[in-house]
Amino acid sequence: MSKLAADPNIADPDGFYARLLEAHRGLSEDESHALNARLVLILANHIGDEAVLDEALALARRLAEPG
Amino acid sequence: MRYEYKEFPYETPPALRGAPEPRRPVAIVGAGPVGLALAIDLALRGVPSVVLDDNNVVSVGSRAICWSKRTLEIFDRLGVGERMVEKGVTWKVGRTYHGEREVWSFDLLPEEGHKMPAFINLQQYYVEEYLVDRCRDFPELIELRFKNRVVALEQGAESAALTVETPDGTYRLEADWVVACDGARSPVRAMLGLEFEGVLFEERFLIADIEMKADFPAERRFWFEPTFHSGQSALMHKQPDDIWRIDLQLGWDADPEQENRPERIIPRIRKVVGDRPFELDWSSIYTFQCRRLERFVHGRAIFAGDSAHIVSPFGARGGNGGVQDVDNLGWKLAAAIQGRAGPGLLPSYSDERVQAADENILNSSRSTNFMTPKTPVERLFRDQVLRLASEAPFARRMVNSGRLSTPCVHDGSALNGPDDPALPAVSRPGAPAPDAPAPWGWLLDRLGRGFALLALGEAAPPPAPEGVETLRIPQPSDEMRARWLGEAPGAICLIRPDQHVAARWTACDGAQLARALDRAMGRAPRQEDEA
Repeated sequence: MSKLAADPNIADPDGFYARLLEAHRGLSEDESHALNARLVLILANHIGDEAVLDEALALARRLAEPG
Repeated sequence: MRYEYKEFPYETPPALRGAPEPRRPVAIVGAGPVGLALAIDLALRGVPSVVLDDNNVVSVGSRAICWSKRTLEIFDRLGVGERMVEKGVTWKVGRTYHGEREVWSFDLLPEEGHKMPAFINLQQYYVEEYLVDRCRDFPELIELRFKNRVVALEQGAESAALTVETPDGTYRLEADWVVACDGARSPVRAMLGLEFEGVLFEERFLIADIEMKADFPAERRFWFEPTFHSGQSALMHKQPDDIWRIDLQLGWDADPEQENRPERIIPRIRKVVGDRPFELDWSSIYTFQCRRLERFVHGRAIFAGDSAHIVSPFGARGGNGGVQDVDNLGWKLAAAIQGRAGPGLLPSYSDERVQAADENILNSSRSTNFMTPKTPVERLFRDQVLRLASEAPFARRMVNSGRLSTPCVHDGSALNGPDDPALPAVSRPGAPAPDAPAPWGWLLDRLGRGFALLALGEAAPPPAPEGVETLRIPQPSDEMRARWLGEAPGAICLIRPDQHVAARWTACDGAQLARALDRAMGRAPRQEDEA
């Protein structure tokens, strides 16, 4: 059974999306990549549950595959 | 004070002076720490061996320097542990820096109540010297043959024949078992044409020993992006005799021959140590590899140490892994030679030590990946872990400058008998017996000759089968209670001759004990599931 929340889980998704972009404002591309890497690490630690993390990794990876 | 290398005497082998050269139970190829430790272990179990080495001096250069608690416990069982601890630099704290800032530190032995420290640093040449001295205590059982180079091996059904080159010519030596402790480039492995699979990491390191008076702490200090070195990382370790080990990451493009010249090394070291006077004692340029044989027993040839598996040095898993191979092999080989081993016993050496090698390779590969990122995105994540480490504790735990050697717990081993989950996990079947204060001093001082039956607290042990020594401790120390009993009032634990736990119960009868002993001797079918 899936443990990863794929259904909406953020009360104000538009607001979060805007704040995500805001966090990147004024950064160079390299700085933005670095921010994203830090964000992944921070959120992954917060989640902690390895089954959830593995599902998230698999979902993200699947969309990198052709087709 | 520099080490004085003394030459070990060469003697003309019997076969080359017209005397008989009888078949031996065991021929050990290689007189490094692994081969010498095996000869001593076998001698303590009454098995004679001949040790063949192509050289006649101890290790040139400090090479393996970090000896872990478990390895020291093994050396102690072999009778050389206390001498090593006395000479070595005891340490347990590691500090990792990013630039000048400390990002993570670890204490490898935060609890009291163990005879041996977390780690000592002691140059491999001292370890070999002390082991050679100990071998000399068994003149009837250990024959050390220096300048004896094995050049060929022929396998028979029940023995193997070695062709050995000496200054006096070539002779033939037969042995029931040949144990190849002949290092990472193992000639014996090549003679058998065995695959040594794994990966090479594309990175070069300078490793240097310098003699220097300095008051740096007896800690492992590791720097990512050090301010004093243009490369990616640096490591500094204290050794006895005012010798310091310095490792500097140079990059894959570094030219190994150019970089190993003193005029290149000395300015690099100067930047690390500042104005302190120092002398260069030994240096080497190396790359990392992680490889292992598919299995460690091939007919009458057995592999132990670097001949069987190699890892990167960050984590001290090479020398320690090799000595732990010996610990596992000695009693099994002795039992096979003395006709006491079940059919599964020697195969279990390969199974258990392959499991350990895989654990070492996994840890070593992960450390290496962190230290030498291969792609821009690997580098990105590595750098951001280091950035976060100064702010967020979770990231400190991800900083990986080497996960230091810990012994393998042989979970799932075919030799393991029943467990009682009410007892603490640290002493479960497959685990090395955790030390603790005992009525006679330290628990481990009385474990490791043969099998032992440990009866703790209120547990009443059944009569011990022949060859099993019962050790009763009705009133265990607090440490022993925590590591062996937990909340249980008593426990009965069957301990193997390598001090690993074979089986344990809160109560058991003679039949259960006999079954567990059979299993631990490799007499049970490997797939059987014991109720």
